[in-house]
Amino acid sequence: MISCSDAVRQLWEYLEGELADRDRDKVDEHLRACLRCCGEAEFADELRNFLASHGQDDALPEDVRQRLLESLDSMEETR
Amino acid sequence: MVIERKERFRQLVVDDLPRLYGLARRLVGEEAEDAVQDCLLKAFRSLNTLSDESAARSWLTAILVNCCRDRGRARLRRPDEVELEEAERFSLFRRIADEDPFPYSDSLHMDFLGQFDRDDLRRVLLTLPDIYRVPLVLVHMQGFSTKEAATLVDAPLGTVLARLHRGRKLLEKRIWEYAESHGLLKEGTT
Repeated sequence: MISCSDAVRQLWEYLEGELADRDRDKVDEHLRACLRCCGEAEFADELRNFLASHGQDDALPEDVRQRLLESLDSMEETR
Repeated sequence: MVIERKERFRQLVVDDLPRLYGLARRLVGEEAEDAVQDCLLKAFRSLNTLSDESAARSWLTAILVNCCRDRGRARLRRPDEVELEEAERFSLFRRIADEDPFPYSDSLHMDFLGQFDRDDLRRVLLTLPDIYRVPLVLVHMQGFSTKEAATLVDAPLGTVLARLHRGRKLLEKRIWEYAESHGLLKEGTT
């Protein structure tokens, strides 16, 4: 069975579904036997969701939007 | 002809401005507007390199990441080896459980994360060096796959995976340090 540090190192890719089948099976086997790493996995999932939810687009301030649109209008070909 | 080109470009980017600005805020903070301006100018000048308009999101992201990297280079601060080793051993999950900052909580770890609003997280992210922050934001906040992120930052996949791992460990450590230094470990702070 893989060690705790090997399992923890692969947890995020495991949760993202990006591990190869063989590696995923090894992490599965470890998590079935290790309560502490199960806690790490649950928290890693919470942290993933936390990052994703805080990654939603910020509101674009109207003054910034206006300046960006003006810059689009004023673009000239430069070669 | 130029007017057609400008109109085509405008249609390509206008709906993507909030995403580009949000990404830039996480990569260069207060310089976000300038970075997006740089990106738009570079993208317009190289519009002929975009052969498939369905790839515009990735194309604009790659240009913006480069513009942000140029702006961030001057203040790039890499963690020393000691901090990287400490981060490798650090577990935010265990630290929260050990310190138990909210003893009456039924969902300790969730309550800890709940202390952080979007600005807090952005401030923590901005303490990370670009090489770790950029892949973290692209993959975990913007939804790009690790392979796409490797293409966007022009680095081998293995390098990006290693930076993601180190970046996540550093982020965990600095989230805890931020919580300690900003009084987020007391109940009733939000």
